[in-house]
Amino acid sequence: MNPRLLPYILILPVTLFLIVFFLYPFALVAQEAFTAGGGLSLQNFREVVGYWKFPISLRNTLLLAAAVVPVQLALALLMATMVNRMNRGRDLVLYVWTIPLGISDLAAGIIWLAIFEQSGFLNSMMGGLGLIDRPANFLSYQHPMIVFTAIALAEIWRATAIMLVILVAGIGLIPKEYYEAAEVFGASPWQRFVKITLPLLRPSLQTALILRVVLAFEIFAVVAALGGTIFPVLMGEIYAYQFDLLNGGAAAALALIVLAISIAFTLIILRVLRVPKGATI
Amino acid sequence: MAEIQIKNVAKSFGSYTALHDINLTIANQEFMVLLGASGCGKTTLLRIVAGLETATTGEVWINGRRVDHLPPKDRGIAMVFQNYAVFPHLTVFENIGFGLRMQKLPNDEVKRRVERTAGLMHIEQLLKRYSGELSGGQRQRVAVARALAMEPDVILMDEPLSNLDALLRLEMRAELKGVLAESKTTAIYVTHDQVEAMSLADRISVMHQGRIVQAATPIEVYRNPATEFVAGFIGNPPMNFLPAEPKGRCLWQVAGLDLQGPDTSHPLNFAIRPEDVSPAAEGLPATARIVEPLGAHLLVTCDVGGAMFRAVLDSDLTVKPGDRLTLAPNPGRVRWFNPETTQAVA
Repeated sequence: MNPRLLPYILILPVTLFLIVFFLYPFALVAQEAFTAGGGLSLQNFREVVGYWKFPISLRNTLLLAAAVVPVQLALALLMATMVNRMNRGRDLVLYVWTIPLGISDLAAGIIWLAIFEQSGFLNSMMGGLGLIDRPANFLSYQHPMIVFTAIALAEIWRATAIMLVILVAGIGLIPKEYYEAAEVFGASPWQRFVKITLPLLRPSLQTALILRVVLAFEIFAVVAALGGTIFPVLMGEIYAYQFDLLNGGAAAALALIVLAISIAFTLIILRVLRVPKGATI
Repeated sequence: MAEIQIKNVAKSFGSYTALHDINLTIANQEFMVLLGASGCGKTTLLRIVAGLETATTGEVWINGRRVDHLPPKDRGIAMVFQNYAVFPHLTVFENIGFGLRMQKLPNDEVKRRVERTAGLMHIEQLLKRYSGELSGGQRQRVAVARALAMEPDVILMDEPLSNLDALLRLEMRAELKGVLAESKTTAIYVTHDQVEAMSLADRISVMHQGRIVQAATPIEVYRNPATEFVAGFIGNPPMNFLPAEPKGRCLWQVAGLDLQGPDTSHPLNFAIRPEDVSPAAEGLPATARIVEPLGAHLLVTCDVGGAMFRAVLDSDLTVKPGDRLTLAPNPGRVRWFNPETTQAVA
């Protein structure tokens, strides 16, 4: 067999699989989004963008991503640095910290619902401590900030570990000699983190951020469990178009808008965290 | 101006003792080489002086000031690492200026010092490059320039040339010697390469199993090794050893040859460097086994009284394997060792 052809033959099954089960459905969705009244049209896009809930759900989705992702990034960096310093018990700690990754997002939403709902842990605890007379309904339209905070907390709890795993692997790739050199030449621990760890971690930061930001725009089940219709997000609207309003064209159009936003942010992250040629480890 | 004193320094990793009670004084502006095989503790000792490792017991003094409790940056040192540790995400300019930036020196001072040291190391045309665009030799130059830019009291080097190819190593070795002599800093240089040690050092500390076995000038270490280990470690090919039989007061017999020796009763080993023997009418009876013409001279591995013996002879001689030779040792270069303690006996 021609050795130059071998790699292409080996990736052929995966490529075929992706074409059949990803690219083809994607083309169908795109076709549906751009079709209205039997012809090519932007009618579906006009409809979803013009709907009163669109700006609210777009704003909510972006706000949630803006609140959750930076906190997750900071936490994941802190946790990864701590894990990296450990000699004994490192694996155990890493396993415990990544447990939430094994829980589905709907289950995570329900766990936090059990904390925040009217008969939940938070109410019973505050009642038991005598802080409140009767259980409060935190997750109602009267407390939008609490709803937002609950969703953000659940997301942070659930999905920080995916960044952690990527960053731990990335930090492990940075040779110790760089830190020793920085220490000898006078960098404090904080300066070593800012001047050595962060810049050398750029490839891992890119991966972790792209993954988290894209997933943050796709937030759905946690919001459904904790916020219901009080806190509309883009994914929820897609679901409503498809299954409640049976408007497949509008759902497809909104899905493409989310895709466009995701691609835009991916490009921004790639650009901001790019590593100049010749500057890799 | 910096003298380094290492007082009773010991280091253990768990139950393993890497360094036993090291005492060493390095004079101001002296170039001290720590020489030894891998695992002898030389790098650990250097890292203790640098502050990257903490001694289990003992003290380190630099310039009359006790520094073993200070972080590396407060010790007045700079270091060149084995794998260079040139930061990949910074340009050559920012690498050389890294320590100066940490000291918050003004921009024009940083620029002046970076350009001066880059000039010294002949890398001024590379200042805008990243380390990924440099060859190993150029990275090495950046690492040395970064250390020199600090204008340190002491410069510490951990096998800085070991990753370079042979030709480049030779070139950098001579250059390092010149630049460091110029900079008037005290230097500690770790290496396992005895030629490097001989050519660079004012003084060599030969280390073995966590101890300094001899600290002396290169020529002293070569001519008068303190132990059999030093005698065998320094010099290529190494020193020859043959058992000696006592034949009377100050008289010893080595492979049938009578020689004047030390006045002692216990058995001794006779030792001589391969280049310190020559064919003569009277001497050690040898049978040539392997003959290697090396251009400048002839390396003959022979059999003397059942032991292996190497001789470096004039290349004009014709010697074939199986030839019988009589090799006379140069009396002034004969050394004696106690085989029990392996120490030199005068």
